[in-house]
Amino acid sequence: MAEQKIDLRNLKAGGFIKERGKDLFTVRLRVPGGRLSVDRLAKIAAVAQKYGKGYVHLSVRQSIELINVNFADFDAVVAELGEEQQKVASCGARVRVPTACGGCEYNPNGLVDTQKSALEVDEKLFGTATGHHKFKVCFAGCPFDCPKSAINDVGFQGAVWPSLDADACIGCGLCAKSCTEGALAMADGKPVFDAKKCIYCGDCIKVCPTSAWSAAKKGYTVRIGGKWGRRPLIGTLYATFVPEERVVDFIAAVLAWYQEKAEGAGRVRLGDIIIREGWQSLLNHLSRDFADFVVAETTAPQVIVNQIPLPGQA
Amino acid sequence: MQTIDLRGVTCPTNFVMAKLELEDIEAGTTVEFLLDDGEPVKNVPRSLKDDGHKLLGLKEQDGYYTLLLEKGAD
Ligand code: HEM
Ligand code: HEM
Ligand code: SF4
Ligand code: SF4
Ligand code: SF4
Repeated sequence: MAEQKIDLRNLKAGGFIKERGKDLFTVRLRVPGGRLSVDRLAKIAAVAQKYGKGYVHLSVRQSIELINVNFADFDAVVAELGEEQQKVASCGARVRVPTACGGCEYNPNGLVDTQKSALEVDEKLFGTATGHHKFKVCFAGCPFDCPKSAINDVGFQGAVWPSLDADACIGCGLCAKSCTEGALAMADGKPVFDAKKCIYCGDCIKVCPTSAWSAAKKGYTVRIGGKWGRRPLIGTLYATFVPEERVVDFIAAVLAWYQEKAEGAGRVRLGDIIIREGWQSLLNHLSRDFADFVVAETTAPQVIVNQIPLPGQA
Repeated sequence: MQTIDLRGVTCPTNFVMAKLELEDIEAGTTVEFLLDDGEPVKNVPRSLKDDGHKLLGLKEQDGYYTLLLEKGAD
């Protein structure tokens, strides 16, 4: 065997993607939640300058991709990025780097600490082999859902359950005006809450001048079974108000079900396995450890009709 | 009482204008803001509350809103 020019262990975890040109690869970096220090960014820029093409690409899932890296330089690239603790991401049938929106320290809409959740999942589950296909997780801070939770294998969305202290209410009507969902209406100078319409956004709590509204529960709304790509699926609701500290366990439980049920199915995403096995199976599995949070029933992932191939095309 | 008319001004300019107006007003003073329906009435009160002012009430008339507010301490 020829003498090895590079450390093949660096390749094993993935993150090196073959490009068109001979010997050239894209190096995808691990940026959980899309947040990175300016020092790391400067290091990445220096490495890209030295080994790359002079530009980088920001991937749709918040990674920075170094373009046109010669495979002979892999070890140097990994070592130099390592000086600022910058790691290379993964590809293949593994748990991918979780994405998240900016974070509630500065985004006024944020209800939960999505950055913290993304870092925790990255630390504990990143790279876990699924045995079947890729597995994507994201964290949205609130029901605006910028990270698009329903098109991830497991998508989390920050939520609060509002509760009213009627004695503290001065009847200003701001909460009812703020509720875009029509879950609040003023009657006799007090807001009346229609739980069936509430999407847990917390706007009423944020606007109330007297803190008459407060969060009785806080956590994540969880949708499962989504993906994009050639045959998109929209994930559906499995749990509400999952506490932040149970997120890793929750994902691990979904993974365990996927690993078992997809046995022998080949390269098939979670959503398609749910369609095959029935949502009841996954819901039952999750209700063992998460009985307080799972919903009574859900639906199969929703198939998105993308209109291609054209009907009638031979 | 001072009335600050923010009708016809979109987000986030209306909020920034409200901030600038409040800079010249003494803490504890009550002022009213006129706000359009839609995004302005949803966003501006909440942002002013975030800045430490006390919201006192909201009234609708002729398709716009009057927000009553007491300026908070800096
Ligand atoms: C200070 C206030 C706000 C900040 C800082 C903010 C910031 C952001 C950012 C950074 C994103 C993009 C996230 C991403 O794709 O990575 C976003 C998306 C979004 N924002 Fe805001 N936003 C604010 C207020 C609002 C308001 C008031 C609304 C609506 C009333 C809104 C609705 C949305 C929606 C619907 C998206 C997702 C759009 C999509 O990708 O489909 N945002 N916001
Ligand atoms: C050499 C082969 C491939 C390369 C280099 C590649 C590369 C990529 C990249 C760079 C992304 C975007 C990631 C991001 O924005 O962060 C992506 C997304 C995606 N790829 Fe591939 N890919 C390959 C093969 C495949 C194959 C064979 C399939 C399906 C059978 C596939 C399905 C998808 C899907 C569905 C997405 C995005 C949607 C989602 O994550 O749900 N890819 N791929
Ligand atoms: S999901 Fe909510 S908290 Fe996150 S960026 Fe979007 S609006 Fe902000
Ligand atoms: S949490 Fe959101 S949807 Fe629910 S009542 Fe409050 S403002 Fe309306
Ligand atoms: S915003 Fe607060 S004080 Fe005003 S009506 Fe609603 S609950 Fe009452």
